[in-house]
Amino acid sequence: MSTQKDIAEPSFLDYKGRYKGIFSWIFSTDHKRIALLYLYSILSFFAIGATLGLLMKFELIAPGKTIMSAQTYNAFFTLHGIIMIFAVVIPGLPAVFGNFLLPIMIGAKDVAFPRINLLSWYLYVAGVSLVLISQFAGQGPPDTGWTFYAPYSFRTTGTMLPAVFGAFVLGFSSILTGLNFLVTIHRMRAPGMTWLKMPLFPWTLYATGWVQLLATPIIGITLLMIVAERTLHIGFFDPTLGGDPLLYQHLFWTYSHPAVYIMILPAMGAISEIITTFSHKTIFGYKFMVASVLAIAFVGYFVWGHHMFTSGMSGTALYTFSLLTFIVAVPSAIKVFNWISTMHQGSIDLQTPFYWAMAFIFVFMIGGFSGLILGSLAANVHLHNTHFVVAHFHFIVFGGTGFAFFGAMHYWYPKITGKMYDTRWANIGLVLFFIGFITLYGPMFYLGFKGMPRRYYDYDEIFHAGNIVSTMGSWVLYSGLAIIIINLFASLKSGSKAPSDPWGGKTLEWTIPSPPPVENFDEIPIITKGPYDYK
Amino acid sequence: MNTTPEIHRDDLASKTGMWLFLFTEMLLFGGLFVVYSVYRFRNAQAFHLAAGELSVTIGTINTIILLTSSAMIAMSITALQKKNKKFALFLLGITIFLGLAFLVNKYFEWGGHIKEHIYPGSPVLALRGQGDVLFFGLYFFMTGLHALHIIIGLVFIGVITLKISRDKITYDNFVLLENSGLYWHLVDLIWIFLFPLFYLIT
Repeated sequence: MSTQKDIAEPSFLDYKGRYKGIFSWIFSTDHKRIALLYLYSILSFFAIGATLGLLMKFELIAPGKTIMSAQTYNAFFTLHGIIMIFAVVIPGLPAVFGNFLLPIMIGAKDVAFPRINLLSWYLYVAGVSLVLISQFAGQGPPDTGWTFYAPYSFRTTGTMLPAVFGAFVLGFSSILTGLNFLVTIHRMRAPGMTWLKMPLFPWTLYATGWVQLLATPIIGITLLMIVAERTLHIGFFDPTLGGDPLLYQHLFWTYSHPAVYIMILPAMGAISEIITTFSHKTIFGYKFMVASVLAIAFVGYFVWGHHMFTSGMSGTALYTFSLLTFIVAVPSAIKVFNWISTMHQGSIDLQTPFYWAMAFIFVFMIGGFSGLILGSLAANVHLHNTHFVVAHFHFIVFGGTGFAFFGAMHYWYPKITGKMYDTRWANIGLVLFFIGFITLYGPMFYLGFKGMPRRYYDYDEIFHAGNIVSTMGSWVLYSGLAIIIINLFASLKSGSKAPSDPWGGKTLEWTIPSPPPVENFDEIPIITKGPYDYK
Repeated sequence: MNTTPEIHRDDLASKTGMWLFLFTEMLLFGGLFVVYSVYRFRNAQAFHLAAGELSVTIGTINTIILLTSSAMIAMSITALQKKNKKFALFLLGITIFLGLAFLVNKYFEWGGHIKEHIYPGSPVLALRGQGDVLFFGLYFFMTGLHALHIIIGLVFIGVITLKISRDKITYDNFVLLENSGLYWHLVDLIWIFLFPLFYLIT
C-alpha cells in the first residue's frame, strides 16, 4: 500500500490557500486544519481548567480557609466543571482526532459538510467565550456547579445567563459535529469499505455521533428553560410556582449521562487502534467490539436515573435504573477483555502510546468498578455527593478520556505534525502523570467512603491526611502534564522527520505521507481487506 | 472553499444531514412535550379549564394557514423540477406570505392574552393558581419557540427564493429548496402537535 508518490503535493500545513497567515487557518474548511484549531483551543481551555483544579486542590490542603473564600471555591468548581465537561472532554477526541482522522481512515477527502464543520468550531469558541464572560460580568461568577441544578440556578445572584447560554451554544456545536460525522460515515466511505471493514475509531465516532445528535437537544431545551426561568419567571422548575426541580434533574441527566458516552466511546476507539497497532496483531473479536460500542451507546440512554438515587424516585424506578447501570458495564468489560486478548501472543512494541493505553486500561477499570459500587442502591445512599463520586468520575472522565486523549496525541502526533517526538521525555511525563493521577484521585475514594462531602472548601480535621496526599498528587500530575505538553511543542522544532508509517499501523492514515497532503489521497483507495490486516 | 478545488456534490448527503438535523429539532420539542405531559398529569383540572380560554378559531385558522403553506412549498419543488421557475417563485411567495400571516395572527392572539394580564410572571396570573401559571408558561414558551422556528424558516425560504431568482438553484440542483421544504414541514408538524395540546384537549 505504501506506493505514494514522493511528496508531490504540499502538506496541509504548508498549503497556500486564498488567505494568508492566521486567516488561512480560521477560514479554512480543511478538516485537518479545523482539527488543529480545535486542538489548540481545547488545550488552552484545558490549561485554564487544570489550573483551577490545581488551585482548588491547594485550598483543600488544610481545613479552613487556605487561599480562597468559600464563594471563590464555589465559583472555581463551577467554572472548572463547565470548561472541563463542555469545552474539553466532550469535544476532545471527536473534534480533534475525529476531525483529523475520520475522513482519512475511511478513505475520504474531507467530511461531508466542510463549512458546517468550520461553523461548529466558531460556535465552540463563542460558547466558551460566553462561559468565560459570565465570570467577569454582573454580580459575580456562577456558583451552581456545572449541573445548574434548579431551583438554585435561577435564584443565585451569580451571572448565570451567559454561562447557561454558553453551554447551550456548545451543545449546538457538538450536535453539528456529530451530524457531520454521521453523514460522512454513511456517504463517504471509500469503495469496498463495507461497514464491517471500517476501523474501530470511526465506528466509535459513529456511535458517538448518534448520541450527540439524539441526546444534546434535550439539554439544549433544558438550558433554554433555565434561561426562561431566570428572565421570564415561567416556573417550570420552581416549586413556588408549581414547577418541579426533580423534573430538571431528569431532563438534565437524560442528556448528561449519555454525554459520558460521548466522552468515553471515542476514547475506547483510539485505545483499540493503539493496542492493535503496537501488538502487531489484528484486534480480537472485531465484531464484538463493534457490537459493544453500539450497545454502550444504546443502553447509555436508559441509565440516567442513577444520578438521582437519593433525589426521590419510586422503588421500581430505582431497581430498573440500578439494573440497567449494571448491564451497561457488560459491553465495557467486553472491550477490556478484547484489548487484553489482542495483546495475547502479539508481538508487542513498547512505545509511548502503548504505555498510555496500558495506563488507560488500568485507570478505566478502577473507574468502572467504582461506578458499579455507586450503581448499587444501598452503597449509593452512603456515597452520594461524597468525594467518592468525584474520584469515580475523574477516573473515568480524566483517567479514561484524558489518558486516551494523550495516548491518541502520542500515537497520531507523527502523522499530524510530520515530526517524531522525544520518547524519553514523553515517557518521563507519562510516569509522573500516572503517579500524580493515582496519588491525586486515589485518596478521594477513601475520603468519600469516610464521608467527606464534595463541593466544600472546608472539611473536618479527620480528613486532613488524605487531603494532603491528594494535594501533593495534584502537583506531580501538573508537572507531568507540563513535561508532556512542553515535550510535544519542543519536538515540533527539534523532532526528526516522521516516516509515513512509524509504528507499523495498518489503517489508511498510515498509507499517506506525514503530514498528510491537502487532498489526503491522490486516488481514493479501494478497500479489499479488513482494517487490521497483520497476516 | 480554499482547500477543495473540485466541487463535490452529494444531494443525498445533504438531505441525510437535513433529516438528522430534524431529529434534533424533534427532540428539542420532545423535551417540552415531556414537561407538558408531566404538568398536565399533575394539574389536569387547571389545564382543562385554562385550555378553554384559548381561541379555537384563531388556532384553527393558523393550522389551515400552515398546512396550506406546507402544500405550497411542496408544490414549488415540483414546479421547479418541471423547469417552471416563475410558478415556483410564485408558490414560494405565497408560502412566505402565509408564514407571515401566521405570525400576525399569533401576535394578536398573544396581545389579547397580555392585555388580560396573562403572561409569564404576571401577578394576576399568579393569583389564579399554579396550574394556570404552568399552562400559560408552557403555552407562551412552546408557541414562542415555535414562532421562532417560523421566523428562521421564513428567512431560510427567503434566501432560497433569492437564489432561485438568480438561478443559483435550478431544476437539476434543487436540494437546498428541498431541505428548506423539509424544515418547513417540520415546523408544520410541530404545530400539528401544539394545536391539539393547547387548544383542543379541553
